[in-house]
Amino acid sequence: MTAVKLYPPRPDKVYFFGTCLIDLLYPEAGMDAIRLLEREGIEVLFPEDQTCCGQPAYTSGYQLEARAVAAAQLDLFPDPWPIVVPSGSCGGMMRTHYPQLFADTDLEAKAEEVAGRVFELTEFLIHVCHLDLEDRGEPEKVAMHTSCSARREMGLAETGPALLAKLGQVELVEQARAAECCGFGGTFAVRHPEVSAAMVEDKTQAIEASGAKRFVTSDCGCMMNIGGRFEKLNKPIQGEHIASYLWRRTS
Amino acid sequence: MSGQPPGVETYTPREFHRQAHDALGNPQIRANFRKAMDGLMSKRRDSFDDWDLETLRELGANIRLRALARLPDLLEQLEANCEANGIRVHWAEDGEEACRIVREICESHGARSVIKGKSMVSEEMHLNAHLEEAGIEALESDLGEYLVQLNQQTPSHIIMPAIHLNTDEISEILHDKTGTERTRDVDYMTAAARQQLRERFMAADVGVSGVNFAVAETGTLCLVENEGNGRMTTTVPPVHVAVTGIEKVVEQLRDVPPLYALLTRSATGQHVTTYFNMISSPRKEGEHDGPKEVHLVLVDNGRSNIYQDDELLDTLRCIRCGACMNHCPVYTRVGGHTYGTTYPGPIGSILSPHLMGLEETKDLPTASSLCGACGEVCPVKIPIPDLLVRLRKESVGEGRGNVPGAGIKRTRKEVAAWKGFQWLATHPAVWRSGTSVAGKLRALTPARLGPWTDYRTAPKPAGTTLHALVKRHQSSKTHQEER
Ligand code: SF4
Repeated sequence: MTAVKLYPPRPDKVYFFGTCLIDLLYPEAGMDAIRLLEREGIEVLFPEDQTCCGQPAYTSGYQLEARAVAAAQLDLFPDPWPIVVPSGSCGGMMRTHYPQLFADTDLEAKAEEVAGRVFELTEFLIHVCHLDLEDRGEPEKVAMHTSCSARREMGLAETGPALLAKLGQVELVEQARAAECCGFGGTFAVRHPEVSAAMVEDKTQAIEASGAKRFVTSDCGCMMNIGGRFEKLNKPIQGEHIASYLWRRTS
Repeated sequence: MSGQPPGVETYTPREFHRQAHDALGNPQIRANFRKAMDGLMSKRRDSFDDWDLETLRELGANIRLRALARLPDLLEQLEANCEANGIRVHWAEDGEEACRIVREICESHGARSVIKGKSMVSEEMHLNAHLEEAGIEALESDLGEYLVQLNQQTPSHIIMPAIHLNTDEISEILHDKTGTERTRDVDYMTAAARQQLRERFMAADVGVSGVNFAVAETGTLCLVENEGNGRMTTTVPPVHVAVTGIEKVVEQLRDVPPLYALLTRSATGQHVTTYFNMISSPRKEGEHDGPKEVHLVLVDNGRSNIYQDDELLDTLRCIRCGACMNHCPVYTRVGGHTYGTTYPGPIGSILSPHLMGLEETKDLPTASSLCGACGEVCPVKIPIPDLLVRLRKESVGEGRGNVPGAGIKRTRKEVAAWKGFQWLATHPAVWRSGTSVAGKLRALTPARLGPWTDYRTAPKPAGTTLHALVKRHQSSKTHQEER
C-alpha cells in the first residue's frame, strides 16, 4: 500500500513523457492522451529528447546502463510542472525506482524531485483534473486490465475503473483474478516464455469469460501481451489504451 | 550445499527452465496447484476481515526489524536464558555442522530412530539423508512431510509440503507404501497415517522439531502446528532437539502474538492453529511427561553473511508463512519442485541465492515478472521485488558483490545489448531516426520473434512515431493560432 498522496491543483502546463513502447508501437495512444489533457485546458510540453525511462535495463540488473539512460531523462523537465506518463510501469519506474537508482549519487536530490512530480495518466485525470466525460459511444461491455505496476507500485487500482465509470454507456465487467499478472513483465516474457505464456493464457481466458468485447489498459506492455495472445488465437477481442478509448468515446 | 540427497527425485535450481517446462506440460500438477492456491488466497483474504491488516503488517515488520537490529545480542541472550532453563544450546556454522551436532546427540543416546516434526531448516541441511548414512532412521511426522517422504520426494511448499498431490495420488501412495485401502475418504487416510505414526512416536529415541519463534527474553521456543505431531515430537521421545536458523529469534514474549496472528492468517487463513507450543525447559522434577533433555541447534548456514548487507538483511525478516508463494503467479503455475530448492517461490528466489550462491541458482532471481504480489501480501513487508532486482544486479556483476557467485550471469552478448540500448537511449537524435526508420520498414518486421510469437502475434512498429505525431500536432496548432 502506498502512503496517502496529496495532489496538486490543476496546473496550466504539464510535461508529457510518452514512453518508448508508445513512441514506437502505439503512438496514437500517446496523442489521445495529449488531446485529453489539452481538452482540459492544459498546455502539454513534450520534451523532444525523451527516449526511454530505462526500466528494461533496471529490472534486468543492468544498473549502470539504466542509470545513464535515466539520467538523460532527468534533464528534460527543468520547470516545476507535473510529469504525466501514460503507463503504470514507466510511471512506477520514475516515481519509485529513480530515487533508488540514484541513491547515494550526485543525482539523488534531482531524482527525488522529478519522482515527486510524476503522475500516471489515469491518476492525473481523476485526481488532478477531476475529469468529467460525456459518453458518445454505443453501449459496450469492457474489461479493464490494470497493470501490476499501476496497481501495486503506484497504488492505482481504482483510477482506471473510475474513469470508465464516467462513461454512461460502458459496462465494466468483472474478470476472474483481475489482480493477477498477465505475464508480460518486460524481459520476463523473453527469459521465461513458457511460464509467461501460461500466465497470458489464463488472462485471455478470464477476459473472454467475462463477456467483454474489448479490454482497455493503461499499459502498452500488457496490451501487447494480452492483445497479441488474442490475435494469435484469432479471437475478436481487442485491446485499447485507455487514453484512446476515452478520447474516442467522448470526441 | 548441493542439490538433493541421492535417492530422492532430483530437482535442481540449475534446471528451472526444463522443470518449468515439465510442470507446465503436466495438467495434473497445474490443476492441483491452481486449485490449492486459489483456496489459500481466498482463505487469507477472508481471515483478515476483523483486523486492520496494514497496521498489523507494520507492527510485524517492526518487530522483525527490531529483532534483526539486535540479532547478535539477542542470540546471546537467548543462549543464556535457554541454558538457565536447562536447554542445551549448540551453534552450527553450516548445514554439515548442524547435521553432525544432531547426529552426535542421537549417537550419545544410542538412538536408532528419530521422529521429526516439520522443520524447513532440517530440509535445508539435508538432515534425513545425513542421519540415514549414520544408520539412524528419521521419520517425518507432519502428514504432508510423511507423504512426500513415502513418495521419495521433497516438500513443494514450506507450509503444505504435499500440496502438489491430490486425493487420488495420496491414496495411491499410502496404498503402495503402507498397504491401506485405495479410497477417496480423507478421514480414513488420515486415520491410517495417524495410526502408523503413533507407533513410531512411542518407539522413537529422539524427536527433532523446528522453531517458529525463539524468545530471547525468556529462552522460550514457540512452535506453531495443526496436527499435534509437533507436540508429540517434542514431548514423547526422551530427547528433543530443536533446530532453527539464527534469524528466528525475537526480543520478548510480547512480540509473539502479533507475529503468530500474521503467520497463521497469511499461511492458511486460520485465526489460530490447533496447537501452539511453548517449550521452555526439559521435564522438571516431579513432572510426568516431557523429554529429559532438550537441545537447541542454532544454524547459521550463510545467514550471517546476508546479515552484513543492509539490503539483503530484509530477507531474514521472513516468518515462513508461504503467502508469497500462494500469491505468486509463477509459483502457482509451476509448483514448488520446479525451483529445485528447499525454499521455493518468491522467498526462495531471494533466500536460496544467499544460501547456495548465484552460480547454483542462476535463473531464480529472474523467475518473476516483478508483479509485486509477493511484496503486497508479505506479512512482514519484505520488499521481495526490490530484492530480486538487487540479486539480478549481483548476478550481472553490477551489485555490490556481496552474494556468492556475483557476476556469474554476465555475458558479453548481454552486456553489448544493454550498452547498445544505453547508447541509443542517450542519443535522442539517433533514437528518433531509429524509431522512425523502424516505422517506415514496418512491413519488414519479422512475423516470428523467438518464443514470443509461439504464443502471441508479433508487435509491429507504427508507421509514424509519437515524436513525429507530436511535431505535426504542434505545428498544426501554431498554424491555427496564426490564422
Ligand atoms: S517472504 Fe513474507 S510472505 Fe514469503 S514466506 Fe516469508 S514472511 Fe511469508
